[in-house]
Amino acid sequence: MMTERVKILREQSVRAIPHISMERAIIVDSVYKQYEGTVSIPVLRALVLKELMLNKKLCINDGELIVGERGENPAATCTYPELCCHTLQDFDVMDARKRISFKVDNKSKKIQEDLIIPAWEKKSMRYRILENMTDQWKDCYVAGMFTEFMEQRGPGHTSGDDKIFKNGFLDFKEDIAKAISKLDFYDDDEALDKKNQLEAMDIACDSVIILGNRYSAYAKELAQKEENPKRKKELLEIAEICKHVPAHAPRNFREALQMYWFAHICVISELNPWDAYNPGRLDQHLNPFYQNEIENGELTRDEAIELLECFWVKFNNQPAPPKVGITLKESGTYTDFANINIGGVKADGQDGVNDVSYLLLYVIDEMQLLQPSSNAQISKKSPQKFVKAACEIARKGLGQPSMFNADAVTQELINAGKSLEDARCGGTSGCVEAGAFGKEAYILTGYFNLPKVMEITLNNGIDLMTGKKLGVETGDASKFETYNELFEAYKKQLKHFIDIKMRGNRVIERLYATLMPVPFLSVLTSDCISKGKDYNAGGARYNTNYIQGVGIGTITDALTAIKKHVYEDKNITMNELKEAIKTDFHGHEDILKLLKNRTPKYGNDDDYADDVMREIFTSYYSEVTGRKNGKGGEYRIDMLPTTCHVYFGSVIGATANGRKAYMPVSEGISPDKGADINGPTAVLKSAAKMDHLKTGGTLLNQKFTPAVVQGEEGLNNLSNLVRSYFRLDGHHIQFNIVSSDTLIAAQKNPDDYNDLIVRVAGYSDYFNNLDKVLQDEIIGRTAQSFGGCGY
Amino acid sequence: MEPSTIINIQKYSIHDGPGIRTTVFFKGCPLNCWWCHNPESQNPRPEIMFFEERCTGCSTCIKRCPTKAIELFQGHLVTYEKKCTLCGKCCDLCPNNARELVGTDITVKELMSKLIKDEVFYEESNGGVTFSGGEPLMHSDYLINVLNICKDRDIHTTIDTSGYAPFEQFEKIIDSVDLFLFDIKHMNNEKHLEYTGVENTLILDNLKKLSQKGNIYVRMPIIAGINDDDENINMAINFLSNLNITQVDLLPYHKMGMDKYRRLNMQYKLSGFEKPTDEILDKIAEKFKKAGIKINIGG
Repeated sequence: MMTERVKILREQSVRAIPHISMERAIIVDSVYKQYEGTVSIPVLRALVLKELMLNKKLCINDGELIVGERGENPAATCTYPELCCHTLQDFDVMDARKRISFKVDNKSKKIQEDLIIPAWEKKSMRYRILENMTDQWKDCYVAGMFTEFMEQRGPGHTSGDDKIFKNGFLDFKEDIAKAISKLDFYDDDEALDKKNQLEAMDIACDSVIILGNRYSAYAKELAQKEENPKRKKELLEIAEICKHVPAHAPRNFREALQMYWFAHICVISELNPWDAYNPGRLDQHLNPFYQNEIENGELTRDEAIELLECFWVKFNNQPAPPKVGITLKESGTYTDFANINIGGVKADGQDGVNDVSYLLLYVIDEMQLLQPSSNAQISKKSPQKFVKAACEIARKGLGQPSMFNADAVTQELINAGKSLEDARCGGTSGCVEAGAFGKEAYILTGYFNLPKVMEITLNNGIDLMTGKKLGVETGDASKFETYNELFEAYKKQLKHFIDIKMRGNRVIERLYATLMPVPFLSVLTSDCISKGKDYNAGGARYNTNYIQGVGIGTITDALTAIKKHVYEDKNITMNELKEAIKTDFHGHEDILKLLKNRTPKYGNDDDYADDVMREIFTSYYSEVTGRKNGKGGEYRIDMLPTTCHVYFGSVIGATANGRKAYMPVSEGISPDKGADINGPTAVLKSAAKMDHLKTGGTLLNQKFTPAVVQGEEGLNNLSNLVRSYFRLDGHHIQFNIVSSDTLIAAQKNPDDYNDLIVRVAGYSDYFNNLDKVLQDEIIGRTAQSFGGCGY
Repeated sequence: MEPSTIINIQKYSIHDGPGIRTTVFFKGCPLNCWWCHNPESQNPRPEIMFFEERCTGCSTCIKRCPTKAIELFQGHLVTYEKKCTLCGKCCDLCPNNARELVGTDITVKELMSKLIKDEVFYEESNGGVTFSGGEPLMHSDYLINVLNICKDRDIHTTIDTSGYAPFEQFEKIIDSVDLFLFDIKHMNNEKHLEYTGVENTLILDNLKKLSQKGNIYVRMPIIAGINDDDENINMAINFLSNLNITQVDLLPYHKMGMDKYRRLNMQYKLSGFEKPTDEILDKIAEKFKKAGIKINIGG
């Protein structure tokens, strides 16, 4: 049962209206005006954090036990003018837009106009990135060939490990001092850069300690005014805790949570990194504290749950900072992707499920909040009880927790060069991305529109939407005599666009390395201190970049249709097909139906289509994987879309699988909408024909109607479906368990369904937060509702 | 080995035996129960199902039919059964999926290659394969081949049967089957004849014999006003109390098969309102429980 305290805090969080806070922007501006040019850039960035922590308004909400807000109050959302300097029009749009809106008051607009825009308009990373991109890159970007993650938010995409649960920031300061003392100014050309970076990290440590001390003093001040003796005592406890952490290592369960939360606030205040930050394997980190205190009688299970629930609310109080333009289209959500991992294996390879794992599942179920996201890391060693407990919550339809194959994740990380232990202590963050937690910068650089490459191949390099020649001339498609000729042309186009994306990435990576270091995040990431290098400049132990492929279901079915009907069965000619596509099948209904109804499709365990999928996957994998990034690491691929499959679909005409122009393309590695007609086992078999272990993450959505998963049998079947997929090396699966009728009703009467949460793609969102196209898309995903009643 | 005519191979079948299963629906049944929701399974020959609502009158089928068995008559498609060779070309080429050939001849080898596709799911869920129909025992020579291969691969097998077959057919397969789902439709012989087209004596006799050897779930479709009365239920309990059966499943009638009758040009003899209420089902279940028989509502 949720305590009264948690009920109130949860309600406050859910009701908080996201709004823009100018506090951070003003402080950033004043720090740059005071120090820019007089101190090194890393130190300048550290001073931004320090001044923020010295001057930001503190907030302790009534009754809360874990303290610290990014803004002045819940859902106050700051801006990051050094990354993206919003125009006044941006502010108007985000204020007025129906979904994912942020209220902006006139005072904020005035500050933006008078102070921020004049100073930052031509200094933001967004401006600098666009200034440094070639026309070719810009044409492709505008056409929707790919997106660029770093144009409004910083690199991040990472998770914490156990270090902040075992050390205080004073300990990190000692490590930094040692690293400085070891610098070799005689032989090491980079010694000065390293010194600047390390000094910045030292200031960053001071910043978080300042925040702790200020909260301690503030809690004491509130305690003095507090009349309720119970709350007075709690406030004094908060004062004690904040005096200890973050300066020192946490001593108990509650301090551990507070420690993490201070670190979280500093990561998301320092810059606006993708996916915020994330405690990673929270059950592993908390379990030693929990067991110790339970044994000594210092903590009860209920108290631990209440603390966790207070902690949960803190995540939900921080909406992802406002996005505009294409970044909003690719990631249209308030969710900031902090994704808590539960279960998995321990560093020694033994089963990682513990008592806290079950507490976390309980909390997810009881809180029903969008943030944080959560997932079950299921290994072959996980007890069935754990798998069923996770599935039992998932089948309620909240979309959480999603299910990951911990053994596959470990394999993927080892394949990418991690040590066995670092791999086992890793997990998945953001949507589905595998990472060595606390030791890796794994930067997602943007989505890549696979079906559009096909479209351009069919048109000899011309983009039909913009009329521009974006691709290379690979020949008139109607002259190709075999499917292989067509596929070779596709591969040439693919290489061409990946090259363009990569060249842009290298420039952007350099801009961040030199202009936008993140000394605080660097302290939290292993080897940045010993290397004297920033997280954004290759300081982490592992440095991986990703390009995320989108639309593999759509392009598979399109190419399969061409292979079958044009080249093998010769039911239609390429010219007839192109003509039908050009008219969006108007007047070509017979061709449309042939393509839709008489073509093998990915998602049905049919090797004809699945082999095409493998060919597309392999070509994409080979084109990207192993290319060098600018931080001493390599590129790899992910197969996930967030909301980008809707945007990518909107820039592509009709496709040869019978998909109408501008409709969404398939999401993640799920089959194209409605293409899977042989039930969930067939979908999983098809999806597992992709070599997941070569990726850094794949995303598979399955929609079930409630009846299929009801009862003990339904739960067993769902759990075993997950186990089977993981035995086939599948990386991830998540469930939407809600009937299409409910979704259609919710679309008609949104007010009656304010609490309806659905799984989108690697995260959950309120159905009402999604735009209509995305709602339709979710309604249309094939609902698996098979019974035994035969035909 | 001759191929058998199979209507459908249903994956992720979760109500026809334990775990995640694939169910094979054979074509052909000696019974024609009024409530049958798979009427396409009754005729042992392949047949064409016509979805009139999907037909746009594009005439593709008329043009492509090699024996000219299809004609447009007063705006409606008519298929002349005598001319039709069931080649299925009209179905393959229909752009609207309005014509479907029900029943495909599948060899043992072809069937096995489909069944083993989901082997990993059977293993993880303690599921397997179910043979249903139609009446699978009409195909017992074929079936024994499939069952033996399944046994060899350690795949759990279930036979869903009407029970209406010479007992020798059961004897052929009994050692290779892990579970029987055995239907009892009505205990009264006259009513059984009326509603299913056959008498129940052979069925009940087979069940008696089979229960001495096999693992059996008895399944009783419950149709309001037809077999949900106390008399019938009491008779069933009396009969089953003396037999060695594992459990009884009550399968409430649903009208989901109704549309298929129209598509097959067959007559549906029920009104569609014979779904038993939850109270009645609970009451029946309670009676079985009191008699010490394990009972389950739904498959």
